[in-house]
Amino acid sequence: MRSFSYTRVLEVETAVQEKSAGVEAKFIAGGTNLTDLMKAKVEQPQQLIDIRRLPLKEITENPEGGLRLGALVTNAQTAYHPEIENRYPLLSQAILAGASAQLRNMATNGGNPLQRTRCYYFYDTATACNKREPGSGCSAINGFNRIHAILGTSESCIAVHPSDMAVALTALEAKVNVRSQNGERVIPFVDFHRLPGDTPHIDTNLQADEIITSIDLPTQGFAEHATYLKIRDRESYAFALVSVAAALEMEGNIIKNARIALGGVAHKPWRKPEAEALLNGKEANAANFQPVAEALIAGAQGYGHNDFKIELAKRAIVRALLQAANKEEQS
Amino acid sequence: MQNQTEKISAVKPSVPPPEKIPLTLQINGVETKLELAPWVSLLDALREYLHLTGTKKGCDHGQCGACTVLVNGIRINSCMTLAVMEDGNEITTIEGLAKGEELHPMQTAFIEHDAYQCGYCTPGQICSAVGLLAEGKAKTADDIRELMSGNICRCGAYTNILTAVQSVMEQKGGQHA
Repeated sequence: MRSFSYTRVLEVETAVQEKSAGVEAKFIAGGTNLTDLMKAKVEQPQQLIDIRRLPLKEITENPEGGLRLGALVTNAQTAYHPEIENRYPLLSQAILAGASAQLRNMATNGGNPLQRTRCYYFYDTATACNKREPGSGCSAINGFNRIHAILGTSESCIAVHPSDMAVALTALEAKVNVRSQNGERVIPFVDFHRLPGDTPHIDTNLQADEIITSIDLPTQGFAEHATYLKIRDRESYAFALVSVAAALEMEGNIIKNARIALGGVAHKPWRKPEAEALLNGKEANAANFQPVAEALIAGAQGYGHNDFKIELAKRAIVRALLQAANKEEQS
Repeated sequence: MQNQTEKISAVKPSVPPPEKIPLTLQINGVETKLELAPWVSLLDALREYLHLTGTKKGCDHGQCGACTVLVNGIRINSCMTLAVMEDGNEITTIEGLAKGEELHPMQTAFIEHDAYQCGYCTPGQICSAVGLLAEGKAKTADDIRELMSGNICRCGAYTNILTAVQSVMEQKGGQHA
């Protein structure tokens, strides 16, 4: 690890002041990804700003409905919070599908969406990677790319975002509250992460001088009909090859509103409202789900080793929707 | 007073590495004062600076669970946290589970059920299992398997690890009933 200085802050205001002080600084909270990246010399900040003591550790009711998740509430505390379990089971399921119990005890709600890709070339400083070193090239496109993206890729990068939590937050239309010295702003979760384009080194639309203070969940939690289906190489403690957050609002067997977000297929959680709209007023059955899966995956491109993801994603979408509609047992 | 930055070390980039940072950890009930560079992980602080080598370094990347310890009663990977960040916290390692000569029930269960082979992952497995029980989320054998998945055993002693954890869970359940 390259040497760095360490500063501990107690207030959000001082945190953002420190971040803008001119030194190449990173916030650290759970540290489950950042310390690893620092060991690999992928991240080499000059200063770490320890934000673990900031007063952002509560889950509270929002006056306009919904819940506000403090940025420093851990993933475990969030997943097991009774209000999340009851009103947003999709989010609980997604969080608990990721990482291990130890890591979920450390990782925070603000940090989880900011974790970086697990593309092995990104981690290997001996190889070219536009995300790690802009302009150096992409080793994955013509390399070993089994875990890589099939949607929204560019010539610069085919990495996927690894978070499960972020997939659920996309389906739930969460909002990210951020603060800088210039004030506060709200980023809709769907706009939080970026597609790679020709700037794959920029993962999110969070600015360098900004800090996430909380994440808001809207009132509609789809508690009756939601499922997070994660397909991976082993049954636990592995990143998704493909994952599906499916949430339905139903009247009897008729779908009133559908949300589908995909993980493991793109540089950001993948959503396509026009595909979801195909389900409005339709009966919940496999025949109606199939065209939605086709529409969601339309334009998908494999890179060799990950070609299987195209068919896998389609089948996972249909299965997740059947599970959400309670037509099939959750798995 | 609250609106202050605790400036542990304010060093400009071109300046040599910062001086060591003072911190206090409650380790297995003992107040322990240390002065460490900020990049020393909690795992290295325990092993290299305090010679508490019960906690093992497996992968050093949060993937194997051999370094699992309890911080304020909660299980974490000690390789993935910096010691300075844990300033003021209570750390329990495998060395702190027994009460004198009396082993922790989880340690006894691991012996009784032969829940290890080479033993390298065992301190992490035991600390993780103690954390698991405190969390109270595991009800079934499948729950235990899922919630212990952060601890890898390359010898493959999983079957007996599961039995050991189950046996302690049943003891605890019996006590509460």
